[in-house]
Amino acid sequence: MQATTMTNNTGAPVFYDNGDHHPQHGTLLGFWIYLMSDCLIFAVLFATYAVLGRSYAAGPSGADLFDLPLVALNTGFLLLSSITYGFAMIKMLANKKQGTLAWLAVTGILGLCFLAVELYEFAHLIHEGAGPQRSAFLSSFFTLVGTHGLHVTFGTIWLVTLMVQVTKLGLTKENKRRLICLSMFWHFLDVIWIGVFTFVYLMGALQ
Amino acid sequence: MSDHDHKHDDHGHGHGHDDHDDVGYHATVKGYVIGFILSVILTAIPFWLVMGKVIASPATTGIVLLAFAAVQIVVHMIYFLHMNSKVEGGWSMLSLIFTIAVVVIMLAGSIWVMFHLNSNMMPIHDMRNMP
Repeated sequence: MQATTMTNNTGAPVFYDNGDHHPQHGTLLGFWIYLMSDCLIFAVLFATYAVLGRSYAAGPSGADLFDLPLVALNTGFLLLSSITYGFAMIKMLANKKQGTLAWLAVTGILGLCFLAVELYEFAHLIHEGAGPQRSAFLSSFFTLVGTHGLHVTFGTIWLVTLMVQVTKLGLTKENKRRLICLSMFWHFLDVIWIGVFTFVYLMGALQ
Repeated sequence: MSDHDHKHDDHGHGHGHDDHDDVGYHATVKGYVIGFILSVILTAIPFWLVMGKVIASPATTGIVLLAFAAVQIVVHMIYFLHMNSKVEGGWSMLSLIFTIAVVVIMLAGSIWVMFHLNSNMMPIHDMRNMP
């Protein structure tokens, strides 16, 4: 640790900052702040859904459309992918490259399962004539759930990219930092999904 | 100030300046397993409440669902995102609290304002005589 406090006896400014106050892992804090701004995007979409979620325009309501067993399955995929990513992090901290890659692969497959079920659900809704243009409720529903799905899509792309990076370069410090960022992203998406399945699906099916 | 700053790094790896392997991240299998079990329970109960129609009143069910969601979010924050007041010397927690404040104001404000707009500006039932 450097202690380069600039001292001067002639009355010039004295700086007491010796670098201790600077966060050591600035990337992680920066990424966390990005996640917080992402959280605001979702908050806006949740607010929109809260306002428009009962405007059915004489169309179908959530209780008519939502297939709760399917949502429960999807929630299970996402929850499982959270803990498998956790195991990948444990392997990473133990410097086990193959273990990290294996758990990342499991996480990626679970992410793809989630996306497949969600795309099936969307296709099914649109096929039934309950597309985003049907009512304000469905517009806000597709926007909110679709934005979450897009995040999972990009998370999965990122995950595959990192698997290639780890395969080629190994568990370097940079790759570890990237994996930690993705872990925060992945767990954050799970937190958003808690809001989605509670507020959109379960409370929507209550009517 | 300085003793506070030293605390945020005391996870047993010593100070992280010259430790090349310390990426400032610490996780345990036990933490993930506890978090996972808790979140499975906290997910299963709300689904059971709705799918089994356990509580007759939808309003009560809604409040219970929101309470479960709030607890589960906290569980995820602690066990999966490893949030505590010491991460990054408290800056993560500070930005989280700020974000929660903004989100609460925005959500509550939007719902409140739009609810009143809706009830005050709903069109009258018979639209045929409208211009």
